[in-house]
Amino acid sequence: MREIIKMIVVLTVLSAFSGGLLAAVRGGTMEKIEYQQLVFVKGPAIRSIFEGCSNDPIVDRFKIKDGDIERSFFVGVFDGKADTVTFESFGKGFGGDIGLMVGVNINDDKIIGMSVTTHSETPGIGSKAKTDPKFSNQFKGLSAVEPCKVKPDGGEIDAMSGATVTSKGVCVGVTEAGNIYKRLKPQIAEKIKEFK
Amino acid sequence: MAKTITQEFVKGLWDEIPPFRLVLGLCPTLAVTKSVENGLGMGVAVVFVLVCSNMLVSLLRNIIPSKVRIACFIIIIATFVIVVELVMQAYAYPLFLTLGIFIPLIVVNCIVLGRAEAFAYKNGVVRSIVDGFGIGIGFTISLVAIGALREVFGSGTFFGMSVFGPSFQPFTFMIEAPGAFVCLGLMLCMMNLAGNK
Repeated sequence: MREIIKMIVVLTVLSAFSGGLLAAVRGGTMEKIEYQQLVFVKGPAIRSIFEGCSNDPIVDRFKIKDGDIERSFFVGVFDGKADTVTFESFGKGFGGDIGLMVGVNINDDKIIGMSVTTHSETPGIGSKAKTDPKFSNQFKGLSAVEPCKVKPDGGEIDAMSGATVTSKGVCVGVTEAGNIYKRLKPQIAEKIKEFK
Repeated sequence: MAKTITQEFVKGLWDEIPPFRLVLGLCPTLAVTKSVENGLGMGVAVVFVLVCSNMLVSLLRNIIPSKVRIACFIIIIATFVIVVELVMQAYAYPLFLTLGIFIPLIVVNCIVLGRAEAFAYKNGVVRSIVDGFGIGIGFTISLVAIGALREVFGSGTFFGMSVFGPSFQPFTFMIEAPGAFVCLGLMLCMMNLAGNK
């Protein structure tokens, strides 16, 4: 009996100590990790969308509350005017969620670029959504406020061969981004004025 | 026949060097040694976890009941592994991305658990720290050696710098998984040849 109590006490104390230590480390590194993720995961995507912009979009960002979640918006300045934003949305792919960044021009509601950030698609097939510019460039110039579809579904996007599910998933993500944009446009237009 | 502190340290560098002599911890050894940098990063992470877990296990060896010792070791090891993971995410994010799943997998690395069970649970604190440090350094050296071989032949670079110049046709087999097995096998063979003299 005494042995059992000792085991329970030791394991409990050890677990509690472990939990406390981890909470402390997590608290200490959280902000830093968030910044690193911005730079290394979303950074390249944001930069590729805002190619040729004159500011640092990772620094020029603002947040808008959308229901329960807070969304980050990154501002791109072209020719001295801040009228494009990039933000993240998700679509369902073959191997899980596909995260993508969509850039929208707020003057004419057109998509200026799309770039995949995180995914778990099949390497070499679905993963081309991230690496093949031929696929992602198709989204340029589409209207952000209309649903985005692949050609067989009556849309304008050529699906990647062998990766229909991924292509559709990306389209769903872009459509979702359009919905977010429609919902939050007044706030976006308000916030972006600060960067002009 | 008690060993001196120096002997405890040195044994990890040759007599009991983990992947070659103990043939433990092969999963990360094969998987992350595509380049010197990855090998070094993984090695440093393992050194930290080994030293900390050996120290704590040794400190608590009279308190931990022997029936639940493995569970206790795992808690201790897992804690330090997650600390490493968070710190690496915060300060070396690209390295974290390339090592990926193999950082959390240090929890089940035989070397770490093996040293806790076979050494730290039976020896004093100072000896355990020295043992963890020695074995960890040995592991790092092995990873760096395999990583160097594979990177130099597989992609023609060392630490990302070109070695042979642009005309070199990389022997890509070496950075694929089978190349890792061949490389490890050949190095084991060399070690045994050298050791048998």
